[in-house]
Amino acid sequence: MPADPAMVVRSPEDSPGTFGAMRSLFLRDLRVAFRQKQDLLNPLLFFIMVVSLFPLGVSPEVSFLSRAGSGILWVAALLSVLLSLDHLFRHDYDDGTLEQLVLQPQSLFLLVLAKTLAHWVVTGLPLVLLSPVLGVMVHLEGNSLGMLCLTLLIGTPVLSLIGSIGAALTLGLRSAGVLLSLLIIPLYIPVLIFGTGTVAAAAEGAPVGAYIALMGAFLVLAVTLAPFATAAALRISLSNS
Amino acid sequence: MSEPLLQAVNLECERDDRVLFRDLSVAIVPGTLTRVEGPNGTGKTTLLRILAGLSDHYSGQVLWRGEPRNHRREEFARNLLYIGHKPGIKPLLTPMENLRSLVSGRRPLSDDVLSQALEGTGLAGFQTVPCRNLSAGQQRRVALARLLVSDEPLWILDEAFTAIDHHGVAALENLLQERARQGGAVIVTTHHDMDLPDMKRVTLGGLHAG
Repeated sequence: MPADPAMVVRSPEDSPGTFGAMRSLFLRDLRVAFRQKQDLLNPLLFFIMVVSLFPLGVSPEVSFLSRAGSGILWVAALLSVLLSLDHLFRHDYDDGTLEQLVLQPQSLFLLVLAKTLAHWVVTGLPLVLLSPVLGVMVHLEGNSLGMLCLTLLIGTPVLSLIGSIGAALTLGLRSAGVLLSLLIIPLYIPVLIFGTGTVAAAAEGAPVGAYIALMGAFLVLAVTLAPFATAAALRISLSNS
Repeated sequence: MSEPLLQAVNLECERDDRVLFRDLSVAIVPGTLTRVEGPNGTGKTTLLRILAGLSDHYSGQVLWRGEPRNHRREEFARNLLYIGHKPGIKPLLTPMENLRSLVSGRRPLSDDVLSQALEGTGLAGFQTVPCRNLSAGQQRRVALARLLVSDEPLWILDEAFTAIDHHGVAALENLLQERARQGGAVIVTTHHDMDLPDMKRVTLGGLHAG
């Protein structure tokens, strides 16, 4: 029989705060991403390739490109985010770190938010940074170019956040790729419409304040709601494994 | 006898139309080492995942210190250390980075302490080698290093001894016994015949045996 009474049960003060846990998760994911350069470069190369194929495949005329350019860039960015989504939780699921994440005492909502933010930093943000260069390539004018970068800056985090729901839901499946696209693309459509709509309005010189506000509303909505759904989906996927 | 930390009451679990266990009641009391045993496919891992709160495929109740666990999820998570079948090691990170990220959500610890824990599991000199270059046993040891710095009173270890050599197994058995003596509660499954004094057993597979 044990000599001591029970071991002391840990109280909330014994654990580091939620912010510390989020920070360490965020940094870990960045570190892993930078050691796996292929995963990091693939969406970016895909983005460049799709955008550069349009002038070759459709028409290199300035009038066409400057009209269609923002749409091409937006669709390419959307697809390359979609391409990268499968990696968001897959590796963690395979090596067991996802189980450890779910069992952490901090709120899974915030941990998922940190993880999705890390995903955006390594996929969405590089796309945003690259878009001015590709925008010039498709002859976007100054005003539209700036607006394109701004809408991508607001829009790509929304894509990552919405996508995380699909990635979490399809986690236990063997060939999740197609199903993931089917689930997620309908949800991406409003973001795409308003993203390209903003740039089109700016090109015509119309006021864009309302468009930007709406994009901002999408972002707020995604930040506050998507991690809930993702956290719940992660628990379900793990429970089924 | 102190009150149970974790209690399962009338658990029933069915997978793929097969009942794995029914009317299973387990009480995990502080200061005990419990081994869940049974042939392959009798639901050892499933039971451990249910107890850890990873699986919801059961009917019955799981109580944490006398109250339904789902009401006290956060407190339960804070007091549980679970090492699953998959050890939770990122192949691209070094043992040190892995251990740091596994521990950081639970306890702030200095790198010296973590480094000592890694040395304690026989990984001295491997702290900065990416884990994918380590053997399966060494990777498992990285996960087990968490035990050396843990102050969670409840440990749930699924196949903790897999890929560990003889010396390691003996050391780990000692560690678990010592833990129970200090008042911790340990639940394990193993493939080797572990037979320690004062060890409690939960035997699964009875439904098919008779």
